[in-house]
Amino acid sequence: MSAVLEQIFQVGFLAAIIRIATPLAFATLGEMFSERAGVLNLGIEGIMLLCAMTGFTATSLSGSLWLGVLVAVLTGMLMGALHALFTVALGLSQHVCGIGVTLFSSGLAYFLYRLIFGQQSVPPAIKGFQTLPIPVLSDIPVLGPAVFNQFALVYMVIIAIPLAAFVLYRTPWGLSVRMVGENPRAADSAGVSVIATRFQAVILGGALMGLAGAFLSMAQFNAFTFGVVSGRGWVAIALVVFGRWDPWRSAGAALLFAFVDALQLRMQASGLGHIPYEAFLMLPFIFTIVAMAVMSRNAVAPSALLKPFRREER
Amino acid sequence: MPTPAPLIEMRGITKSFGAVKANEAVDLSVAPGEILGLLGENGAGKTTLMNVLFGAYAPDAGEILIQGQPVRITSSADALAAGIGMVHQHFHLAPRLTVLENLLIGIPGKSGRIDRAGGLARLAEIGRQHGLTLDPDLPVSTLSVGEQQRLEIVKALFRGAKLLILDEPTAVLAPSEVDGLFSALRSMAAQGLGIIFISHKLNEVRALTHRCTVLRHGRVAGRVDDPANTTSAAMAQLMCGHEIVPPARGPSTPGEAVLTLDAISTSTHSGTALRDVSLAVRSGEILGIAGVSGNGQRALAEVISGVRAPDAGRMTIAGQTVSRFSPREVQALGLGRIPEDRMTTGLVTNLPLADSMVLPRIGTAAFSSKGLLKPDAIRTFAEEQIKAYDIRCPGPMTRAGALSGGNLQKALLARELAFDPKVLIVSQPTRGLDIGAARFIHEKFLDMRAKGCGIIVIGEDLEELLVLCDRIAVMYEGRIAGTLDSADATIARLGLLMTGAEGHG
Ligand SMILES: Nc1ncnc2c1ncn2[C@@H]1O[C@H](COP(=O)(O)OP(=O)(O)OP(=O)(O)O)[C@@H](O)[C@H]1O
Ligand SMILES: [Mg+2]
Repeated sequence: MSAVLEQIFQVGFLAAIIRIATPLAFATLGEMFSERAGVLNLGIEGIMLLCAMTGFTATSLSGSLWLGVLVAVLTGMLMGALHALFTVALGLSQHVCGIGVTLFSSGLAYFLYRLIFGQQSVPPAIKGFQTLPIPVLSDIPVLGPAVFNQFALVYMVIIAIPLAAFVLYRTPWGLSVRMVGENPRAADSAGVSVIATRFQAVILGGALMGLAGAFLSMAQFNAFTFGVVSGRGWVAIALVVFGRWDPWRSAGAALLFAFVDALQLRMQASGLGHIPYEAFLMLPFIFTIVAMAVMSRNAVAPSALLKPFRREER
Repeated sequence: MPTPAPLIEMRGITKSFGAVKANEAVDLSVAPGEILGLLGENGAGKTTLMNVLFGAYAPDAGEILIQGQPVRITSSADALAAGIGMVHQHFHLAPRLTVLENLLIGIPGKSGRIDRAGGLARLAEIGRQHGLTLDPDLPVSTLSVGEQQRLEIVKALFRGAKLLILDEPTAVLAPSEVDGLFSALRSMAAQGLGIIFISHKLNEVRALTHRCTVLRHGRVAGRVDDPANTTSAAMAQLMCGHEIVPPARGPSTPGEAVLTLDAISTSTHSGTALRDVSLAVRSGEILGIAGVSGNGQRALAEVISGVRAPDAGRMTIAGQTVSRFSPREVQALGLGRIPEDRMTTGLVTNLPLADSMVLPRIGTAAFSSKGLLKPDAIRTFAEEQIKAYDIRCPGPMTRAGALSGGNLQKALLARELAFDPKVLIVSQPTRGLDIGAARFIHEKFLDMRAKGCGIIVIGEDLEELLVLCDRIAVMYEGRIAGTLDSADATIARLGLLMTGAEGHG
């Protein structure tokens, strides 16, 4: 047994957790911004897939990784704007539109991918992001190689978390976002445009979902497959609740989920071969369900979540 | 007072909601330093007019002038920029955010960050000027209603309002808090602010305002130039178009006790708990429950209406002991109730009025059979009640939330009285109602009393209780501090009991 444990907790384990957590953290932050403003974005799963596709394609055609990231982010913003158009400007059901956006984005991703790359026996690949050791810091024992010898996108998420907290809690725009999600009428009567603020928050959320998608196809797998997202978007929605709509807690939730996921991967690879691997695959999702059940008891969603704002209605 | 150039002038404002003309060719002006009263029955269009001025509603016609200059106000941001601030009937605050965050919303920051220091300084300054102090870091949900209102006023001043609109500010205040509000308003007016004050309480209007504009059915019905020296009756006549005589309460002949509470106590779950409360209401009697709000009235109403079970004690309705304390059980025993908050616990604001009006009795044979609703019966019932109680609305299928406060209250009353309750419990029955509607409700209570119903009225308005009730019990810290026959009761004696000064019954 100790041999198994040893194999699980080897040096690479911490690095793996962080790598798994990165797209989840981007996606969770994105969903959090949107929900803090009162807009549930169930389009996340499809948006991530589409962004993974467009980012991959841009890189594959141009050879530039950062151009790919930019295209993925722009795609995310565009899809965010689409979701906001339906739910914020037109005030349609957020559930229905979100699922619509996911279906549309996924379909578009498959379609465009086939259109551009055709049917190939070996899927095209790119040379994705390489690890970028940070001098001095990467020499710290244990932590160094795990945290400071990572992809550039990992560093970006590490910066994005405190930045998101700062924006949400310390800037006038962040206050507007929170107010619009709690009581849009209060924001409106204080001269804040509810529509504009919600649009901005959903679009920012889309950009972060774009980064999540880009990470998957350009750093983690270096290829686009139709299963590249495989439920990570839905998980992010749960993690937002688990993280109680707070940037720090949400990132923590992503890290915890990544830990369980990394653990199950190692367990699959280790000597516990007589257990069907599907059992391990279930582990992170069981964790999510249990965590949600425990945490969402006293979690309070933004009061105006799901509620469209119409000024002349009372 | 001399008439300086108006600060704000509204000319020919018209605003319709579908078929309802809420405002029609309304003119109104306020001078700097002037407190203008805006009067009118429920649904007369006061709130709508103010929402037009504040940029929340776009008028269909008419113009707004600020210091003689026509302005276009299409959003609250425009109104705020033009120096107009508004304290709404239902506050516009985010309960989970702090006082300071609610103040700073929409205020540009300093080098990209929220300007906390600047906000604190400004808050302190406003506090000093008008005696409006607030703790900046408390979440708004922990503030009392009076403090929330203060925050709304400070919010307007914070943005440099030159005109402050207050929509029924005193409806939510305890009588003791009203004085504080009035002195703050007078201090603001003395500094040259214009104030528009909406209230249904004519004695307040007479005490505070310099001039009044009266609306009726969306039009200006008249103006009062010297409210202090105009009688309430004259103002009421302007509002309603006819005279309002206060109802006369004849002698009653109380019968058997229809509701008894025997040593009821509750735990402190939410708000003040009940401690050893015993009381009885006889048929044909109106019992008032007076007291500063927060002294256990909520718990009392909840126990009686079966929403909350007491920890100890016994309750009977019409001689039968209540065993399970469910709303359905007490209803079946003959209890009717009109809750304090008509919007959240009274009616379902998103459902048609007709559905809301039958909701407590939706399972009875009158409105459903074999698990299916009888839509025609429901509709007919609602139509009858709308006619009988003169509920002003486009029809029984109107969304309940679109009704004005007075009409909502009439709908609730109609709903309860239609089933001849043996006991009726009401909280704040006329809060926010115009005097015509209040008069109507009082009359209905007296009718029910004559028919042998026992009525409990929980309220803070002592004048109302004295007019209406045969006996008045005063609650203090969860106990009954004393009970007075209304013949012996005076405002002074009740006031004393309310502060816990006279501790016997
Ligand atoms: N947002 C709205 N949608 C539809 N109808 C409305 C709306 N606001 C007001 N009305 C209608 O316009 C009329 C005027 O309503 P308003 O709220 O202005 O009256 P009010 O004078 O403020 O009454 P109250 O004293 O009860 O507050 C009413 O008939 C009301 O039902
Ligand atoms: Mg009103």
